[in-house]
Amino acid sequence: MTKKGTFRVKSGLAEMLKGGVIMDVTTAQQAKIAETAGAVAVMALERVPADIRAQGGVARMADPTKVKEILHTVSIPVMAKARIGHFVEAQILQALEVDYIDESEVLTPADPLYHIDKWAFTVPFVCGARNLGEACRRIAEGAAMIRTKGEPGTGNIIEAVKHMRLMNEQIREVLAAPEEELMKMAKEMGAPYEILLLIREEGRLPVVNFAAGGIATPADAAMMMQLGCDGIFVGSGVFKSADPEKRARAIVEATTHYNDPKVLAEVSAGLGEAMSGIAIEEIPPHEMMQVR
Amino acid sequence: MRLGVLGLQGAVREHLRSLAYLGIERSVVKRTSELAGLAGIILPGGESTAISLLAAGSLREELRRLIREGFPFFGTCAGMILLANEVEGQEETNIGGIDITVSRNASGRQVDSFETVLAVKGIGDDVPAVFIRAPYITRLGNGVTALAEHEGAVVMARQGNVLVTSFHPELTSDTRIHRYFVEMVKEYEKKEVAR
Repeated sequence: MTKKGTFRVKSGLAEMLKGGVIMDVTTAQQAKIAETAGAVAVMALERVPADIRAQGGVARMADPTKVKEILHTVSIPVMAKARIGHFVEAQILQALEVDYIDESEVLTPADPLYHIDKWAFTVPFVCGARNLGEACRRIAEGAAMIRTKGEPGTGNIIEAVKHMRLMNEQIREVLAAPEEELMKMAKEMGAPYEILLLIREEGRLPVVNFAAGGIATPADAAMMMQLGCDGIFVGSGVFKSADPEKRARAIVEATTHYNDPKVLAEVSAGLGEAMSGIAIEEIPPHEMMQVR
Repeated sequence: MRLGVLGLQGAVREHLRSLAYLGIERSVVKRTSELAGLAGIILPGGESTAISLLAAGSLREELRRLIREGFPFFGTCAGMILLANEVEGQEETNIGGIDITVSRNASGRQVDSFETVLAVKGIGDDVPAVFIRAPYITRLGNGVTALAEHEGAVVMARQGNVLVTSFHPELTSDTRIHRYFVEMVKEYEKKEVAR
């Protein structure tokens, strides 16, 4: 009668994170700073996206020793990244009892063709998406949470905005379409038909959709929330800035009070230098992470 | 009757949906001023550390004052942690109001999260319940009634006008527990009018 790892239990944790901020951390000390600032979860990884981008090489799952340290240090949920398609990294992270796995384009993909079969796991997965078709395919593979891909490690919000707007636009199309147009829509979007039916039933994506990839300021976070996302991932934005404690706290406040410009003005003040950003046009096509 | 859902973070939408099913007027509370005109308050599931930080200041003071005056409160999961007088390993009380001790994440990490069916006193023996990194009640004070148990642990309790659950009734389409709270609020209103 008692069942673990059901889809409701998996997506349920993501529902609990709504309106909150999930922060990338590389050490237990950073995890503590994130928790103290009011993060709803931390994402354990070896290097933040900005460093992966700068240093190059193959980016892999974090060292289990590090993941364990972080698990023991904070009481909030701990997520960790696995390479796209690397089901053994995912098995290891599940064995470590992380609370969520991010099958992430930030790391170097391990499989050029396939994503992980996420139904095979008890631990839930979050996956990135640039459009509704991609989101629906990941959900059909078992993802219990979606986030925009944006362009990680850039401190540049434009790609996350693009992905969120496109997804919203496509959801509106799916909701407005007459029944007979749905199958063609599924084909054109590359979205499983059954997931589109779920969207029509619920009037929204059947799982939580967070914003990620380029969020660096409280205003960025509030903008993504006003565009209709359910919560925020901050990758390099916190620990690549001048004052991580203060900025982390400010982004948390901005995510809750996203509709209150007075609060946003208050929390945006005096945060010191934000992470230095990168213009998308300056990134060579083969270094774009979102196309993975 | 209008009920408020504390909307700083967490499963706010789900509680609003449960109240909508019951045809109850509802609003989201993020600021102290938004508490005006409410008949009862729901504290949703979410991350208790984050909600507690975001509520710090006048909002928390006002919630403390209301609960001391006997105003109806319903806390689920993180909401229960905030309403407990005592949390294991934590020195400070968050809001407090129900004399219980709670062990945070007592049911384990996410891989141990589960759904089940519970027998709930006064409601039925077939209530679906979703437990997510759930806290358990480890001590019941005088005047606190245990309403449901799971494998020997108390997972739902009531003291006066304060109702708490370890699990998330808002993640299911079963609205009986919300209805139970609405009845609590109605009784409170009747008494207030009589006074």
